[in-house]
Amino acid sequence: MTQAAAKGHKDSSLQSLVEELTGEKLSACYQCGKCSAGCPAAYAMDRLPHQIIRLIQLNQRDKVLNSHAIWLCASCQTCTTRCPKDVDLARIMDALRELALQEGRTAQESDAVVFQQVFLNWVRRTGRQFEGGLVGEYKLRTGHFFQDLGAAPKMMGKLKMIPRGIKGRQAVQRIFRKCEGPKNA
Amino acid sequence: MARIGVFICHCGENIGRTVDCAAVAAAAAKFPGVVHAADYRYMCSDPGQNLIRQAIKEKKLTGVVVAACSPRMHEPTFRRATAESGVNPFLCEMANIREHCSWVHEDRPEATRKAIDLVRVIVEKVKRNLPLLPVKVPITRRALVIGGGIAGIQAALDIANGGHEVILVEKDPSVGGHMAQLSETFPTLDCSQCILTPRMVEVAQHPRIKLYAYSEVDSVKGFIGNFEVSIRRKATSVNNTLCTGCGACQQACPAKKIPSEFNRGLGTRTAIYSPFPQAIPNKPVIDQANCARYKDAAKRGIPPAESKVCGLCQKKCPIQPKPAVDFTLCKDTFVTEKVGAIVVATGFDVLPPKEFGEYGYGKYADMIDSLQFERLASASGPTQGAMKRPSDGKEPKEIVFIQCVGSRDNARGCPYCSKICCMYTAKHTMLYRHKVHDGKATVFYMDVRAAGKNYDEFWRRAVEEDGAQYLRGRVSKVYKRGDKLVVKGVDTLSGELVEIRADMVVLATAAVAQPGAEQLAQRLNIAYDMYKYYSEAHPKLRPVETNTAGVFLAGACQAPKDIPDAVAQASAAASKVQGLFSSQELERDPTIAHVNEALCAACWYCVDVCPYSAIEKKEIKDKKGNLIRMVASVNEGVCQGCGLCAATCRSKSVELDGFKDEQVYAEIVAL
Amino acid sequence: MRGAEERMSTRIAYFPGCSLEGTAQEYNLSLQAIAPKLGLELEELEDWNCCGSTAAHTLNHKLAVSLPARILALAERGGYSSLVAPCAACSHRLLATRMALANNAGLRKEVQDIIEMPYKGTVEVKNILQVLMELGPDKIAAACSRKMTGLRIASYYGCLLVRPPKVVQFDDPEAPQSMDTIIKALGGTPVEWGFKTECCGGGFSMSRTDMVCKMTRDILDNAAFEGAEAFAVACPMCQSNLDLRQLNVNQRYGTAFKLPALYITQWIGLCMGLPARDLGLGGNYVDTGDAVAKAFAVPPEKKPPALSAAGAAVKA
Repeated sequence: MTQAAAKGHKDSSLQSLVEELTGEKLSACYQCGKCSAGCPAAYAMDRLPHQIIRLIQLNQRDKVLNSHAIWLCASCQTCTTRCPKDVDLARIMDALRELALQEGRTAQESDAVVFQQVFLNWVRRTGRQFEGGLVGEYKLRTGHFFQDLGAAPKMMGKLKMIPRGIKGRQAVQRIFRKCEGPKNA
Repeated sequence: MARIGVFICHCGENIGRTVDCAAVAAAAAKFPGVVHAADYRYMCSDPGQNLIRQAIKEKKLTGVVVAACSPRMHEPTFRRATAESGVNPFLCEMANIREHCSWVHEDRPEATRKAIDLVRVIVEKVKRNLPLLPVKVPITRRALVIGGGIAGIQAALDIANGGHEVILVEKDPSVGGHMAQLSETFPTLDCSQCILTPRMVEVAQHPRIKLYAYSEVDSVKGFIGNFEVSIRRKATSVNNTLCTGCGACQQACPAKKIPSEFNRGLGTRTAIYSPFPQAIPNKPVIDQANCARYKDAAKRGIPPAESKVCGLCQKKCPIQPKPAVDFTLCKDTFVTEKVGAIVVATGFDVLPPKEFGEYGYGKYADMIDSLQFERLASASGPTQGAMKRPSDGKEPKEIVFIQCVGSRDNARGCPYCSKICCMYTAKHTMLYRHKVHDGKATVFYMDVRAAGKNYDEFWRRAVEEDGAQYLRGRVSKVYKRGDKLVVKGVDTLSGELVEIRADMVVLATAAVAQPGAEQLAQRLNIAYDMYKYYSEAHPKLRPVETNTAGVFLAGACQAPKDIPDAVAQASAAASKVQGLFSSQELERDPTIAHVNEALCAACWYCVDVCPYSAIEKKEIKDKKGNLIRMVASVNEGVCQGCGLCAATCRSKSVELDGFKDEQVYAEIVAL
Repeated sequence: MRGAEERMSTRIAYFPGCSLEGTAQEYNLSLQAIAPKLGLELEELEDWNCCGSTAAHTLNHKLAVSLPARILALAERGGYSSLVAPCAACSHRLLATRMALANNAGLRKEVQDIIEMPYKGTVEVKNILQVLMELGPDKIAAACSRKMTGLRIASYYGCLLVRPPKVVQFDDPEAPQSMDTIIKALGGTPVEWGFKTECCGGGFSMSRTDMVCKMTRDILDNAAFEGAEAFAVACPMCQSNLDLRQLNVNQRYGTAFKLPALYITQWIGLCMGLPARDLGLGGNYVDTGDAVAKAFAVPPEKKPPALSAAGAAVKA
């Protein structure tokens, strides 16, 4: 009789990596599809959420990290709330995005990635969001200059034109440095 | 002078791979008192047992130690072999060097050392064993069957046809259980009541079956062969000897809008009611909570016979001058029955899916569960079998069936599979399509489990001949839009998102234990699992027995199952009962406690700790009948030999035969 | 000393979050306007930082936990026992962080090193609905000088206010009722509809406006189908997508939705009789004038009957 079998196996598979990053048990997913059925963004995805999990189970690294789907997930928590096996799919999507970003695989939905990166840039600089800068820099980097021009007048009234940093912004910068490692995003 | 024989079993590789059996035998040969030591590959085999028999004869052994697996496996085997050679079987003991040694250690020298220790300990014990004779208790050869569904009915009929009297207790006004609610049964599409009612009649008319309907088991005392059961007969307000079941009272009753339990709320009944037309016994009962007269009597604090409110049922009863409706029969009564065996056949319930807010069950009238669908489809149901949706009575042109609602759901339901839903859902699609030829039936499933005889062919027929559409994927949400229910699902096989606007949605909800299952189990002293299903004694080899001697299981109270399995299990339980009743007396394991009356201080601590209430207070009187003192006394028929009293007794006056203090100390010292 | 302890227990740390300073300033304005009348002592957290919102948890898990941890540590340092974050994304990030740190001692130590502050996990996090429900709908209604006359209001909770239940532990994740209860107490008619917690597309407002339009359209459609005349919301992102993007939806799909989305704090403020300007109602893209007027209009049947000619002659 063998010893108590080791739980899972530590290897180089994508499944092991995601399980380690998230603490979620991917083998629990039995592909019922309830996540995909309720996902409000699924209609726009190249692969449905449950298919992403399936591809992780099958170690299809490229197919997963090159997908549009992981960037179109809105983290709305519908899947996590309803999954009958208690798999936190939203957390898994976060981990996949982080992996894809680390490997430079962001071209599929570059606008979405740019938006989030610009968002974080302002937080890093000032400690808080600077919405005027967010919109401006986003348009600059994506080239969508004419987006939402109709909304501009009213919006200008609400947005501050000059960013204001908090007193603790250097503390925040140190937080960013420690979390992002030596290379800045 | 002790002459102990020691036999070390290899158990193939199970022990032999980790423990050096030859070395253990060699070491045992040197123990004081051991005159024979050998090792062998399979002690439980015939040749192995012959080794014991031969050694006993040749070496005139006074005790046997077999070092092998757990005594739970083969103690009876080796004791029988010992007894056959003329030595008292209780002079044979086992040392567990498998589950306690070779199966939990890896290091060979260490495991071998431990095995030697274990053998030495048991040798020391056996040297002090005394021969014991089995305890004999008389048996009452009558059986109690709790539950009048198909399993209970089958068990009762089998036992009664075997020549023994049966008491059948059913909590509802009629027998029949859930099977009576079904429209048709898979895989034959037999009309459920047509095949059930003949059995129901047989049970009611059988000369050896005493049926207590509208009754519940209140308490159980005693032990196998000698149970004393108190049965609560709930007040019916109807004299069953006079009542002919004509139904005039039900037609007269003005309270006509009470939701019918039998129809799962889709239909109504009156306050004095019989649950369905084919009910057996066909005698109505009064639902006191909804009866105007009872409510008036309760408010005014008077007996219902004195209230002047309503009473139409009594007035319209055609039996005069003394009507069958009798308001003096307003209190529960109790009867006591003595039985020797109990079969528990209390069945199951379906999970009310309120937990699943994303489906909105309870909010939408056209979202029903599977049992409700059975009532809709049934010819004796609230719509006489016509497909009419509950909200507006219109014929649904598109029905969505959702499987696994609550089953296979670790997060908010039961992790197990409820076994019957795949089959009954396929059946539902067929019933629907047979009645509504242009209707569309869609089933959202995860896997189709159709493992029985003709089962797979049945569900394929639903798809290939009756046009049911099966989509593989769970439904995430259902919401109302106008008079339709919008179902958001997915088909994982094609990767397509699916949205259906259905007229009706049927949920296949999980099978769960009955409410009250836990309390009944505690009354019967039987084990149950975390889902409140009753535990069988061994999942593979003893499916109809419990760990409580004399109590057997049949049907869905043990685990979800379909009708053929319930019937088979019921017959199996009946055969166990008949096996038990095949002798006049019962032999019990004599490793029970005994009180040394000279030492007993009558502190009664043992009485308090005994889990089986097996210890009594005994009076010791002089010749004139005056009380000298009290002592504790163990009832040999009830004691299970757990040893709690022996451990608790402060004056060391209680000891367990076969595990006396002297023996236990010897084992400890030997280590 | 005892007085200080008592004072401490009624103070709530107030975490406005970045959007309440900018595009969602009406939310901040209206909340600050109604707070004193409800007996809420909101003290803005000193020198608070951004919680990281969607961007942090999407791109960097450690950051996503550290930024909120600094906020909670600041609240601890300030001696607060609870903190309210009106933005649903902020409150969600704070709750998720709190849970992650509570369950993982190793992570807790790592995060304390990153933020260079001690963290004990003693501050409770609440969203605005939780605070309002703790006050009680009756108390809110009592602080109002007038009630609505039955305007059909669909309460839109959005995806993060009540989900997932393990993290948020407030209200029902599929059919929440808290905001509806408050609307009912204010005299509005809560609409029962099926899209209360359906996602509007959130942070994709700029980068995938097409998706936000599709998702928002489904929400607007369902609310309109059930007869809603306006929305109540409790999240800046929800408000923005339902409001600003409603115009895009109408453009893209040729629909004619006219369903203004007001913050729950604005509805309360209106019932308290506060002027619309003080509640920031000018900031909406979908005009609120008609809905607000209707909200407090006396229905025709309640007006005294007009005098008939004969009656008028008698009166004269």
